[in-house]
Order: sequence, then structure tokens, then C-alpha cells
Amino acid sequence: MNYKKYEEVMNQKARIMKDSIGIDYEDFEQGNFSFDYEKMMRVCGYELEEIIDIQRKSGVGNTPLLELENITKLARMLSPKGKGARIFIKDEASNPSGSFKARRAAVSVYHAKKLGYSGIISATSGNYGAAVASQAARSGLNCIVVQEVYDSKGIGQPEILEKGRSCEAYGAEVVQLTVGPELFYYFLLLLEETGYFNASLYTPFGIAGIETLGFEVAQQVRSIAGKDPEAVVITHAGGGNVTGTARGLKKAGCGNTQIIAASVDLKGLHMASDTDFNKKSFTTGHTGFGIPFATWPDRADVPRNAARPLRYMDRYGLVSQGEVFYVTEMLAQLEGLERGPAGNVSLAAAFALAQEMDDDQIIVVQETEYTGAGKHPLAQLAFAKAHGVEVTRGNPEENRPGVNIVIPERPEQIRFCDINMQSLKESYLKNIDNNYLKGKKDCLTSIDLEFLAEEIRLGKGKICDLLQVR
Amino acid sequence: MLTRAYKGDYVQIGDTVLRPGERAPQVPEDTKKVPLEMRVKGFMENDSAQIGQEVMVKTVIGRSIRGILMAVNPRFTHDFAGPQPELLHIGSELKKILRTVKADEL
Repeated sequence: MNYKKYEEVMNQKARIMKDSIGIDYEDFEQGNFSFDYEKMMRVCGYELEEIIDIQRKSGVGNTPLLELENITKLARMLSPKGKGARIFIKDEASNPSGSFKARRAAVSVYHAKKLGYSGIISATSGNYGAAVASQAARSGLNCIVVQEVYDSKGIGQPEILEKGRSCEAYGAEVVQLTVGPELFYYFLLLLEETGYFNASLYTPFGIAGIETLGFEVAQQVRSIAGKDPEAVVITHAGGGNVTGTARGLKKAGCGNTQIIAASVDLKGLHMASDTDFNKKSFTTGHTGFGIPFATWPDRADVPRNAARPLRYMDRYGLVSQGEVFYVTEMLAQLEGLERGPAGNVSLAAAFALAQEMDDDQIIVVQETEYTGAGKHPLAQLAFAKAHGVEVTRGNPEENRPGVNIVIPERPEQIRFCDINMQSLKESYLKNIDNNYLKGKKDCLTSIDLEFLAEEIRLGKGKICDLLQVR
Repeated sequence: MLTRAYKGDYVQIGDTVLRPGERAPQVPEDTKKVPLEMRVKGFMENDSAQIGQEVMVKTVIGRSIRGILMAVNPRFTHDFAGPQPELLHIGSELKKILRTVKADEL
């Protein structure tokens, strides 16, 4: 078949996106390069109460918050006296499609239906595909999910094959592609051909859909413990999970809860590389998305990304693939919950972080996800071995993404490796300079400076120093 | 494996979307050397075809797509794999550690 040229389609991006989302992002532009984030969320999103109502009618949300008593006990055994916070987990796997992504999808599908679209398309290799497919099925909308699945030899990543199967189970058409960022190009072709709604992960209503998660965590912890959680750990990839959950916690009045983001360390593996593609054992929740999306949110499909994690995260740290597989076993065998593994990134982080906290404090792991063929640690480890990745028991500090997976020998080897927040903020500013200022410091108006201060939570003077503007 | 499909059979087709010289400028060198390929499943519209022939399918939502016939009744190939020795002992190791703790110590 003859397809339009890549550049030709990409040049039409703004128009196709506007038609497929129904938002004119121009309405929120201000200064020379900034935009009014809260206005965008207010005008295009939904009020929390409306979202609670939409999700209740879609069977989404109100998931249990479970105390991990045995894992807490284990963490306390490894902690100094008086340390070892109570660990809770929000069992998001109980959503209709098995992950927190149902929250985003419920609102996207509701919005598409309200605007009169006959179908909805999602470009995702993650759990969001099944979430959109499941919600579309309930609402009678056609659904297409576009996934990056295979390397050039036609070998599919088992986790993504499983997610595709799940989408098909909900009646969606699944378009499977080989490795490459041109997935987005193909997505634009489909939007234009079908006139369907773009269920982007990054719209204001998609992000607003996750606010209920943070809101529920606050309410549940208060009802169990009579206080707010001291920390909530959130698996971080594109930024929506951190942004939405943190906004929900704030709306519930949790002013002092620490927002901690965690990703699995896949540094060194190129996300668009055909040869690296099948050396990853995690297809989401990893640094390949986590760091670029934190330091440059507007790389998303929509002109203005509603997921802006640096506005919310107090700490951001990494765990290794082997550590996540280890805690996935821990969760199954000590708590009777077979979940993940990708959703357990934040559990691995919380297990380490709880040991730093006082034993009367509470740390919440804010998601689980369903497991199944392909997604399961057994399938992922077998697949890694088949692709030349060495799997051993040992010290997880020796983990090298794409080369080996080191499963800890003992629980005390699990560590949360902090990323320097200041350097993330500086990277963000470097991206502002490269994309907007381009050396012309007089482009920075006072509105833009205000925007940057909110974006990275840094004083205006400090920002001017870093941008070398005076 | 079936090698011939008939009208109405559920099949998988494939197509080359971008040839190596047509790929996005930002893709790394290894990816630039290979085409961007697509696969999709649907109900075959041709009367009959062999694997490798060009056919039309109608997908489950009714979209008509042309491509090369790759499989008839395509099966899911992903599974749970076998037991992995690196995981097999974690559960009992952790339970053993927990058993060493006395209730009043916590």
C-alpha cells in the first residue's frame, strides 16, 4: 500500500490534533512561550465531583487500600529501632481493565461520547490501551489501539503482546507496529482516516481522571489511621500518574504528604533502537519515559501536556529491574497478591523508603496492575535470557540494563537511588533555552518567568541565574 | 499451520509502512536500516488466498485494510514460560526471615 510521506503527515499534526481532541490550545498561550496551566485544567478538565460520578458509572475507582503487614514487618526487621513506616498499597488492579489507566480512559471515553465522536484511538503499548478498549466497549464506541510491539525480526515483546490480546478481548482493533517513533505518524494517519477521538494520555481530562486516585488515597488513609499519609510513592513514566495523583491529594487537603516518584532504571537503552527494544524487561514505568517527560513535558502528542510532574514531585528515584521482580515475588508470597510487575516499581521503592521513615508514619504505594501471560516475571525473565540478557541472583548495584538482571539475594539489598532534583530542574531549563529562548534572553517576560517558577518550583532569581538572564 | 484462507476467515495481514530510506530523521542508525512494518487482524474479503498473497481484510470495527496474508486464525504465542530458578526460592527465603522475628520485637 502507498502511505503518505512522513514529513507530509507530520506537518499536518496541529490540525489533525485539534480535530481529534476538540481543544484549541491557543486559548491558553501567554507570554512568549508559556501557557496558563491551571486555566487549561479548569476549562478543559472536569470538576473532581463530576469525575467521581463518571467513574462510578463506569465501574472505575473506589479500589481497596490494603495494608501490607508482612512486608512492613520485614522492612522493620531491616530498619534501625523506631523506623519502618506502615506500607499500604492501592489495589488498582481491581479496576475493570486491571490498572489505574481505567481512570484516565473513563473520562476520555466519556468526553469523546459527549462530543459525538463515533470512535476513539489510543497510541499506547501500555495498560492504557486495554483501559480505553474496555471503556469504549461499555460506551458503544469503536476503538483502535496502535502499539509498538515487534523488533525488525518480528519478535514481539511478550508484555505488549499480552496487552494487545487484552485490547482484542474488549473488541478493539489492534494495529501492531515495529519499533520506531513513527508510531505517532501512523496514529495521525488513522485519526485522519477515521475522524475518531484521540484518547491522548496527556489531555486535561485524562489527567483529571487520575485525581480521584489521590483523593481516594487521602480519604482511605484518614479513615484507617485518622491522619494523612506522610508519603505516597508513584510509578513514573509519562508524568500523568504523578501529576494526577498529586493533584488529587492536594484537592483532598494533604498539604504535607511527600510526593515520591519512582522509575525502573533502563538508562543506556535507546527507546527507538531496534536492537535495544527486546532487551528491556519493562515496557513502562522506566527512565526512558520518566526522565525525558519530567524535563520536557511538551514532547507529548498534544501541544500542551497536562502531565507536568516537576510541579509535583518532591523526590524522584530509581530501582532496578531485578529489584522489582524480587518485590513482585514478595508481594505474591507474603501478601497473597499476584500483581505487576511494572506496577510494582513503586512498591520496590516504598520498601526501601519505609526503612528511612518512623514506624508511626504511613507510606502508600498508589497502584498495582494485573498480571498475566507475557507480563509475568517468569515470561519476562525467560524472554530476557533468550535475548542474551544474563539473569543472576546477586547485588542489584551490579545491574546493567540490557546486559544483566540481578535479582537481590536479600531484602536489605533493595535501594531507592535518588535522582538529583536540582539537575532535573536544570535540564528542564536547558530544554526551555534550546526550544524557546534559543539564546535570546529578552524573550523571557515576567509571565514566562512566573510560569517557570511554578513548573519547577524554584525561585525566580535562581531561574534567572540558571538561564543567565539579568 | 494453515496456509490457505477463504472469505470470512479471521487472518493476520502485514504491510510495510515506511521503507528504510523513508524513516523519521530522529531514529537511531540501527532502526533506520529496517522498514516500519504493520500487522493487523481481520476477516478476509477475498474468496481465497495463500499466505504471502496480497488480500483485503475487514477489521473487527469494520475498517478495510490491504496487506500481505501472514497467518490464518493467528494464535497468541506469549505465555507464562517455565519456572525461573532465580525466582523460585525468594518466597521461602523471605518467610524464613519473617519467622525469626518475635511479635513483641515489632
